[in-house]
Amino acid sequence: MNQKKISEVYQNNSVKISVRREWCKSCGICIEFCPKDVLVPDDQGKPIPENIDACIKCGLCELRCPDFAITVEGVDKKDE
Amino acid sequence: MKTVIDNYIRKEMFPNIWCPGCGNGIVLGAIIRAIDELKWDKNKIVAVSGIGCSSRITGYVDFCTMNTTHGRALPFATGIKMANHDLKVIVVMGDGDCSAIGGNHFIHAARRNIDLTAIVINNMIYGMTGGQYSPLTPTDKFGSTAPYGNIDQSFDLVELAITAGASYVARGTVYNPRQSTSLIKRALNKKGFSVVEVISDCPVSYGKMNKMKSPVDMLKWIKDIAVSKKVWEGLSPDEKKGKYAIGEFLSKDRPDYSELYEEIIKKAQKMGGNE
Repeated sequence: MNQKKISEVYQNNSVKISVRREWCKSCGICIEFCPKDVLVPDDQGKPIPENIDACIKCGLCELRCPDFAITVEGVDKKDE
Repeated sequence: MKTVIDNYIRKEMFPNIWCPGCGNGIVLGAIIRAIDELKWDKNKIVAVSGIGCSSRITGYVDFCTMNTTHGRALPFATGIKMANHDLKVIVVMGDGDCSAIGGNHFIHAARRNIDLTAIVINNMIYGMTGGQYSPLTPTDKFGSTAPYGNIDQSFDLVELAITAGASYVARGTVYNPRQSTSLIKRALNKKGFSVVEVISDCPVSYGKMNKMKSPVDMLKWIKDIAVSKKVWEGLSPDEKKGKYAIGEFLSKDRPDYSELYEEIIKKAQKMGGNE
């Protein structure tokens, strides 16, 4: 994985999850408290939305992130 | 990646200095989201802080900001509010800053009902200086200056603020960010002295000494100790031990200090014949 990238964007047809890797400190809060277990840690403990299709866009990972390093946006299907 | 947060922070200061999983960042997010919902002009907001980890918040927000001396954030904020009543003044303090070093200022700001919003980030310890116990460290918990357990009884900040005369008093936690955001929003909107205590985690100082080494452990603990006001009222005194009620505890209207000050100026001018 390219570590120099400022943010990694993961997307399916309903949700876009962005992880700002440079700001993430691998605290694990987003991964542990995701109600749908969408996130899994990578080798540095930073989140990867491996089960992105299970995401219900509750946004709790974003609200509980102390580093503003993860965001969840709904994807407007009309734009595609 | 562009979020609502980005509109209110000094991005060049990030990543922030706090330890991994520190609740200060979660509270900062709640404050910013509350302000964004209120659509306030950034240039009309003054954020004032004292000393401590939480006081670094003023360095990260793109408002008018002031980082003052230990425990004295409220006096500085009082001065700002008295000089210009139109400014929205937010004071961010830690538990030690607010209840120990600045304890006197806290009760008198509440007594005067000066129109400020005090956000107290309660991590129950002096995190920055190495984990000394604070007036908000619960009884029997450990700190570097309480290696055998804390024998002090801690303040209940909510009851203290209510008794001292605040207009709005609430308590949230970093585990419940949505609730904390709405409580902060209501506090900001309230005329008079408003207080929101947010129970936060310090995995490095508090957690390490109290068998919760990871931020996740600390958040799980906060989830367990925080109960809604409704549930709290039904608990027996024994069940209440070690737990915290969260929610809104007081919202009342009484004239704030600036209002009374303007009135007294008018009265003095009338009596002096300078009307």
